[in-house]
Amino acid sequence: MTAATHDEHHAGPPSSFLDRWLFTTNHKDIGTLYLLFALLMFFVGGAMAMVIRAELFQPGMQLVDPYFFNQMTTMHALVMIFGAVMPAFVGLANWMIPIQIGAPDMALPRMNNWSFWILPFAFAIMLATFLMPGGALAGGWTMYPPLMLQHGMAFPFAIFAIHLLGISSIMGAINVVATILNMRAPGMTLMKMPLFVWTWLITAYLIIAVMPVLAGAITMLLTDQYFGTSFFSAAGGGDPVMYQHIFWFFGHPEVYIMILPAFGIVSAIIPTFARKPLFGYSSMVYAVASIAFLSFIVWAHHMFTVGMPLAGELFFMYATMLIAVPTGVKVFNWIATMWRGAMTFETPMLFAIGFVILFTIGGLSGIMLAIAPADYQYHDTYFVVAHFHYVLVTGAVFSLFAAAYYWLPKWTGHMYDERLGKWHFWLSVITVNVLFFPQHFLGLAGMPRRIPDYAVQFTEFNMISSIGGFAFGLSQLIFVWVVIKCIRGGEKATDQVWEGARGLEWTLSSPPPYHSFTTPPKIESSAGLEGSPR
Amino acid sequence: MKVTKRLGARLGLGLGLLLAAGPAAASWGMNLTRGVTSLSQSVYDLHMLVLWICVVIGTVVFGLILWSVIHHRKSRGVTAAQFHHSTAVEIAWTVVPMLILIAMAIPATRVLVAMHDTGDADVTIKVTGYQWMWEYEYIDEDIQFFSRLDRESDRVRQLRSGLDPREVENYLLNVDKPLVVPVNQKIRFLLTANDVIHSFWVPDLGWKRDAIPGFINEAWAEIQEPGIYRGQCAELCGRDHAFMPIVVIAKSQEDYEAWIAEQRAEANGVPEVAAEEAPVEEAVAADMDMDDLMQRGEDVYGAQCAACHQADGRGNPPMFPTLAGSDFVVGPAEDVIDIVLNGQGAMPPLGGVLDDADVASVVTYIRNAFGNETGDVVQPADVQAAR
Ligand SMILES: [Cu+2]
Repeated sequence: MTAATHDEHHAGPPSSFLDRWLFTTNHKDIGTLYLLFALLMFFVGGAMAMVIRAELFQPGMQLVDPYFFNQMTTMHALVMIFGAVMPAFVGLANWMIPIQIGAPDMALPRMNNWSFWILPFAFAIMLATFLMPGGALAGGWTMYPPLMLQHGMAFPFAIFAIHLLGISSIMGAINVVATILNMRAPGMTLMKMPLFVWTWLITAYLIIAVMPVLAGAITMLLTDQYFGTSFFSAAGGGDPVMYQHIFWFFGHPEVYIMILPAFGIVSAIIPTFARKPLFGYSSMVYAVASIAFLSFIVWAHHMFTVGMPLAGELFFMYATMLIAVPTGVKVFNWIATMWRGAMTFETPMLFAIGFVILFTIGGLSGIMLAIAPADYQYHDTYFVVAHFHYVLVTGAVFSLFAAAYYWLPKWTGHMYDERLGKWHFWLSVITVNVLFFPQHFLGLAGMPRRIPDYAVQFTEFNMISSIGGFAFGLSQLIFVWVVIKCIRGGEKATDQVWEGARGLEWTLSSPPPYHSFTTPPKIESSAGLEGSPR
Repeated sequence: MKVTKRLGARLGLGLGLLLAAGPAAASWGMNLTRGVTSLSQSVYDLHMLVLWICVVIGTVVFGLILWSVIHHRKSRGVTAAQFHHSTAVEIAWTVVPMLILIAMAIPATRVLVAMHDTGDADVTIKVTGYQWMWEYEYIDEDIQFFSRLDRESDRVRQLRSGLDPREVENYLLNVDKPLVVPVNQKIRFLLTANDVIHSFWVPDLGWKRDAIPGFINEAWAEIQEPGIYRGQCAELCGRDHAFMPIVVIAKSQEDYEAWIAEQRAEANGVPEVAAEEAPVEEAVAADMDMDDLMQRGEDVYGAQCAACHQADGRGNPPMFPTLAGSDFVVGPAEDVIDIVLNGQGAMPPLGGVLDDADVASVVTYIRNAFGNETGDVVQPADVQAAR
């Protein structure tokens, strides 16, 4: 009898809603929570982007006060980075890492629960600052002093919220590292891990290394404001530029935190739909590691215009240009994987190919921005806005869509609606380019970023961009519908799901059992692992 | 209606151009300016070099993907090859990009070194950023003034003003008093700020540089053609970041010297040469009654003060104090006049921007609005005396 109850306990999720979701320690449930939270925040941040694009639709101030506009740009960035993209990747890590390495769950399941449940509280505080006297943060997500010190009540609350987000990310990252290093199935050596696991391992180290730096920077802001220090005030012997150095020492690796797991996802999807092993597995791993290393020594390319000595600018220019090499290796490897494959183009593959092409556009504009003397012109213009949206929207976000379509059948046990998925892809890929491509021209022609109103010669491209923006925003509703439909039902998914898919996740049932691998799978010398022939 | 029609036409045209002949739409401004300094031309050449390299790389990469997507698809009945490694290829696509990067780094280094050479300047101008205006000081000439968004743009850019920006010449890119510089002289800019970080950017000069409180940055320009060059603040500096343009007028040496003489004469109290403003000044020098002061004060307040202190005077403490119910505001009028004229802390000095009647009106206004009720008036003469 006891044995039976015990078995039952292991067989399925708890029946009570609170037990299942609030107190959960199950990696799949926590992964689901992260993903749903990220999707919600994607629409919250997206709504702010719609306000921005609506005000910029034509010159003149039609809709919002300039100060509220600044709140929109600031909060849009904070919500999208810390609320949508990062939690979405953590959600995928939770769902997929144990399954991909043959583990029953994450290594630290209770901490896992905590790192998720901090997020809704942190964002409740962050979003509540809109209702406080003076409104939400409006000095840009980079929070540069002295401007940052001109806020009212939002300032300490937002800093508290960011501290919470940092704690959540660090705990999530520790969990990922502990899981990957300790819980791999026997026989799965590091160099046999799927690339998604590899990229997350490296990302987790980046998070652990830089989130405390961000915490330090914003704590110094706090003490400058309330405890009489002058870290960043020239009047007290401090230096406002020092903040920028500290911030970007966090900020640049942060960019890679948002893109390395995307590399892992695309490296899983392209081989599946090309029916061909990933080209250059080990060079992919080394490329990710070199990008992560370089990300620590290029931070000042975000601040070429602050007036650094010549030697400093040259160093940061050369180091930044160097990043193009490992990034190029990755792109070439993906193309070589597609080359002479037998490709089919289901929605995950479409988003993955869209990623490779559009991320490359973002990478190329990145090379232009690395050229310091030219950056004196590009810096803080819409050219930069276009650049990082190509990297983050058509890069990170497209990879997230690719991942969702790729693994939804595994998660839910149902195939998603392929026709709707394709509609989602094609509408997204067209509108996102209408939205962001003209912004390159605006920036080059001289439109600064973070402005609510502009000179009339920028009107046309702004209108085009805004129309693209509204259409892109609406297109994302299709995704919500696809997900709801897929959870509710649909054609039954096989365990294998995709003909060319390889890896441990496809050996489990769809959906997988509540506790993933209760007995570790045996890893054959080359069974279903990246980089090795099938 | 007019807007929609125009948009429709332009949109079709725009998309067409985007697809077909991008660079042809030069009138829309799609590319970096060549600018008017030696530096800006080298930056432009560098930009075009790197842009074309990127276009070529992009074309090759996207071409390969397109080829593969067309030819290597299952529906064509192909069987997937199973190769997955080639050391030679990996080395090639590591080394070749390195060489391309070196080819870009060499000219980039040359331009960067030139930009840092701020020595041997003929004219030195100190530029100070304020929320939200610029101050220019000609170091050797004893000339100093403020430059801010022109009144016309400022009126139109108010929230829901209902006025059409397209009717304003150089909307948001025009100022009340532009910076004047000589052509073919090496001008050294010393950049700093009074409150928060700003960034001085005139695209035609070929660079932008941050203006940071407590620090001085340097940059230089040698303008080759007389003309009017426009730019704006490029670093987010608060609510009205979008509304602090820069206008640089480059004049021939003689015209520049004449301008300098004019400025000196003005500073020494000699009547202004520019006659068109004079009658206005005369008219308001006399005493004004309460209604006139309040009405004009409200306008001035809306344009100059409301950004920080808010339209209803509640401000945004602690940075921007509340005026409604403030003991200071209803206290001695001389103190209020003084702070408006000379500034204090984050409050910029407005003596250079507002005339006596403006100051008198706005001081009267804040002492009798938002529930403040001193009932007294401040006259232009009081302000004159306080200057
Ligand atoms: Cu500014």
